[in-house]
Amino acid sequence: MNVRAWLALLGAIAVALAAVGEARRLAARGSRGRRFFRHATASGGLFVLAFFTTVAVAAPLVAPYPPSSMPEIVALRDAPPSLAHPLGTDLYSRDVWSRLVYGARVSLGIGALAMLVALTVGAAAGAVAGYARRWVDPVLMRLVDVGLSIPRIFVLLMAVALWERLPVSALVLVIGLTGWFGTSRLVRAEVLSLREREFVAAARALGARPARIILRHVLPNVAAPLIVSAALGIGSVMLLEASLSFLGIGVPSPVPSWGNMIADGKDQLATAPWTSLFPGLAIAVVVMALTAVGDALRDALDPGRETA
Amino acid sequence: MTEPLLRVRDLKTYFVTERGGGTARAVDGVSFDVHPGETLGIVGESGCGKTVTSLSILRLIPEPPGHILSGSLIEFEGRNLLTLRPPELRAIRGNEVAMIFQEPMTSLNPVFTVGDQIAEAAIVHQRLPRKRARARAIEMLRLVGIPDPEERVDHYPHQLSGGMSQRVMIAMALVCHPKLLIADEPTTALDVTIQAQILELLDRLQAELGMAVLLITHDLGIVAGTSDRVVVMYAGQVVETAATPELFAHPLHPYTEGLMAAVPRIDTRVSQVRGRLHTIPGQVPAASAWPAGCRFHPRCPYAWDRCTVEEPPLLDAGRGEPGSHAVRCWLLTEPRRRTRQA
Ligand SMILES: Nc1ncnc2c1ncn2[C@@H]1O[C@H](COP(=O)(O)OP(=O)(O)O)[C@@H](O)[C@H]1O
Ligand SMILES: [Mg+2]
Repeated sequence: MNVRAWLALLGAIAVALAAVGEARRLAARGSRGRRFFRHATASGGLFVLAFFTTVAVAAPLVAPYPPSSMPEIVALRDAPPSLAHPLGTDLYSRDVWSRLVYGARVSLGIGALAMLVALTVGAAAGAVAGYARRWVDPVLMRLVDVGLSIPRIFVLLMAVALWERLPVSALVLVIGLTGWFGTSRLVRAEVLSLREREFVAAARALGARPARIILRHVLPNVAAPLIVSAALGIGSVMLLEASLSFLGIGVPSPVPSWGNMIADGKDQLATAPWTSLFPGLAIAVVVMALTAVGDALRDALDPGRETA
Repeated sequence: MTEPLLRVRDLKTYFVTERGGGTARAVDGVSFDVHPGETLGIVGESGCGKTVTSLSILRLIPEPPGHILSGSLIEFEGRNLLTLRPPELRAIRGNEVAMIFQEPMTSLNPVFTVGDQIAEAAIVHQRLPRKRARARAIEMLRLVGIPDPEERVDHYPHQLSGGMSQRVMIAMALVCHPKLLIADEPTTALDVTIQAQILELLDRLQAELGMAVLLITHDLGIVAGTSDRVVVMYAGQVVETAATPELFAHPLHPYTEGLMAAVPRIDTRVSQVRGRLHTIPGQVPAASAWPAGCRFHPRCPYAWDRCTVEEPPLLDAGRGEPGSHAVRCWLLTEPRRRTRQA
């Protein structure tokens, strides 16, 4: 590993620390921000997320080697961690740290994008069901019941069977489109209670159209629970992506994702544990960080504690 | 007299409730007119159908469980609001007829600034661009007498007091200069000194903007100082209507008498004010179980057998112009019975 890569790693840590410091400074101004950082794990979680995001964005700088280069397929195969390869190499002699860095792009990216798809569809379906009621609500909610009762992995296996080699964009869509059911229930419940609030009646009395009432007057009030469920949901999407890739039906090799890195190392677990261990740790740490941040957000955004 | 701005005829709004026994006849045959520029007061105790009446005018009744019966008429400037299609109706709401609600704190959206909420109607109806909308909001804040409007415009509802919130609600309602403002108990949630300020503000704005006001309240005292004419409602019906001075000089319905006895006067001592809630014995029954005959008879000090079986129509009191003072009471036909039978 060369000097540039070490410097870039230090730089990423510095950026993440600076981001957390800035967030703390901004948060100290409001009661919400103070409630957020009252959680002991919130700063750590935020740091982990900022660090991996920076690393993912600056992957070409941070990674000492191209993620798929196999310099010495025989001599450097399954090499233990060393100065040149801080996290060792895998069975094709690829640098594990470089693959972990590029894998962050794929794993975090899929997590965030799939969650975005799920959130959009779920919020739209839930808002329409909750606001329209009449026949729309029961129809949509039965659909959600069906969606929740079909095992997700089964739908994904079917998609794989149909596509053979699933492109990453399709993987994102399929994960997103099978993950919105819970969100839509949450949004519907919120909208059902919000629509009885007086400010919604006031908006109707002003002459606003139903679409405007939903988008402008109702949905912003659902933002808090949505953000929390998104933070927690990204973690579960990342775990799902990892399982899929581990089963060989997720992100196709040689593109590195944390999931398929674990899969690549599974046969050498006894002789070269670092090949699976580090991507596994990365997933665990990021999911824990997301959970910590999600919990802190839940407290911070809870309107019931506005006066605290 | 001029053409009325709003004509309500035989308005019936019922709610079908599954539990708790059948149909609630919340508004049951109400008629009144509002003329341009005037203030009409609607008075009655809680549960008499005032809010349902006002929501019916803009067709804001939740359907189901509610529905407005056919045969009802709500005419605004000659157009029947009950047959308008939704887009035509929305063009009237907030633009020509605006409304303010009883609870200012909960009628403001907690996630929007004061400025955004005030500008909303102007954005909806006049497609006002963002920058102009902000300027308009500041102008409205100044109009309703809020100090430091440039600063207040960026505040959130939880930063406002109750009286301030109600001023913001008024600014929201008036931003498109409506011809009719429906104010449903605009001061009930406020304390007495703030109440007076808000009523004064409404009075001033009405004169400045030349709009008509439908002022709904349970307090005859509020009506006395503000309204040109009064409609007294009981149990979903109009029981008496007259010009305000006439009503206070010659209240004819026993219910009106009772309400009037409940108004604290300047010379009333505190002890009497405390006792005012007991002036009319009993309470308004549920809308699903109006009494037979005259709906007020179980609480009426003059009621006799006729009142328990036969429902009185609105009768012309024969005072002033024909129809100017009407009363739904059999006493009008037998005035000598107006002696309390202990
Ligand atoms: N959504 C509803 N469902 C069932 N009953 C209702 C509903 N809204 C109002 N009512 C009934 O209509 C009657 C009149 O209510 P309201 O107009 O609010 O009275 P007021 O405003 O004069 O206090 C009450 O008996 C109330 O229970
Ligand atoms: Mg009311």
